[in-house]
Amino acid sequence: MNDAPPAPRATEPVAAAAPPRPSLSELFIAYALISLYGFGGVLAWSRRMMVEERRWLTPEQFNEAYALCSFLPGPNIVNFSVIFGSRVRGPLGGLVALAGLLGPPMVLIIVIGALYSHYGDLPALRRALIGVTAAAAGLIMSTVAKMALPLFRNRAVGGPVIALATFGAIGIAQWPLPIVLVVVLPISLALAWVRR
Amino acid sequence: MKDLGTLGTLAWFFALTSLFAIGGANSAVPEIHRFAVDVQHWMTDPQFSDIFGLAQLTPGPNVIVVTLIGYHVAGLAGALVATLAMCGPTCLLAFYVGRTFDRFRGASWQVALAGGLVPVTLGLTAASAVVVARAADDAWVAVGITAVTALVTYWVRVNPLWIFAVAAVLGLGGLV
Repeated sequence: MNDAPPAPRATEPVAAAAPPRPSLSELFIAYALISLYGFGGVLAWSRRMMVEERRWLTPEQFNEAYALCSFLPGPNIVNFSVIFGSRVRGPLGGLVALAGLLGPPMVLIIVIGALYSHYGDLPALRRALIGVTAAAAGLIMSTVAKMALPLFRNRAVGGPVIALATFGAIGIAQWPLPIVLVVVLPISLALAWVRR
Repeated sequence: MKDLGTLGTLAWFFALTSLFAIGGANSAVPEIHRFAVDVQHWMTDPQFSDIFGLAQLTPGPNVIVVTLIGYHVAGLAGALVATLAMCGPTCLLAFYVGRTFDRFRGASWQVALAGGLVPVTLGLTAASAVVVARAADDAWVAVGITAVTALVTYWVRVNPLWIFAVAAVLGLGGLV
């Protein structure tokens, strides 16, 4: 987990001077791949694609866009696709990224749903799912650890303290989310305002 | 026409629900369950959990559970209407918020907002990983899968799909 500052890694990309700007078809393909790989949630796959493989975003840019999307209503990565797509290719880019992310799994789930209602063996699938879910939890952990790297490399201690406090309150103490947010969010925003 | 009424119900219900789904589609699942099973009687409890299970098994954003619910209720049209209603309004909002955010890039409030949201989001996402792990890992093999996946995907540049395939086979064999 992210309780100790992880060591720098060879695979972490360095921020490019001018990030490449994807075309509409590149956007569609990248988001279609994110959705088709996306077992156990699309956050990990979308960071892998945007930051590590295509290098369209620096780790910091990814964190910032993801944070914004997490506080907007609706599915986070769906919001992310619209914001990123429209940032690089205008409103059409937003639509194309969204279509790439939602189109393939919509087709897939309807086919799977239809097959299941004819010959479903859900107990077997459920058992496979237990294994995949355990692996997905591990993948989210390593993704969060990578996402936290820029925060912990920063010399300011406020960010890491806030991140660890939020994690401890929800993940370990299991306090209710709204109460934690009401306390933590204003403090974090105030710290960031002072630091800006 | 009964179908138009059903499509209308799907549209307003999912559009309204999406606006309260802060922190991802899964936060709306209890409300969707209440409405689909208890209020509208579109499906039974076991049918709902089967649909939820199938959505988990399908790659892609969690929100596609809504597609399958729409499909179950009103066929292909239902699938489209439910998905568009669940994603349309919030996508529009994201589009305008994202644009405003980019237009004021570098402004003090923008820098402070981004700087303040990032650490909280990281803490929340880390917590969600622990919550998922706690739910999934009630056997030592599952704990092992989680730990190995975390370490390998952090240190090695391997496609996680391979690990998922092994984990699926272990689960299928009843070892997890």
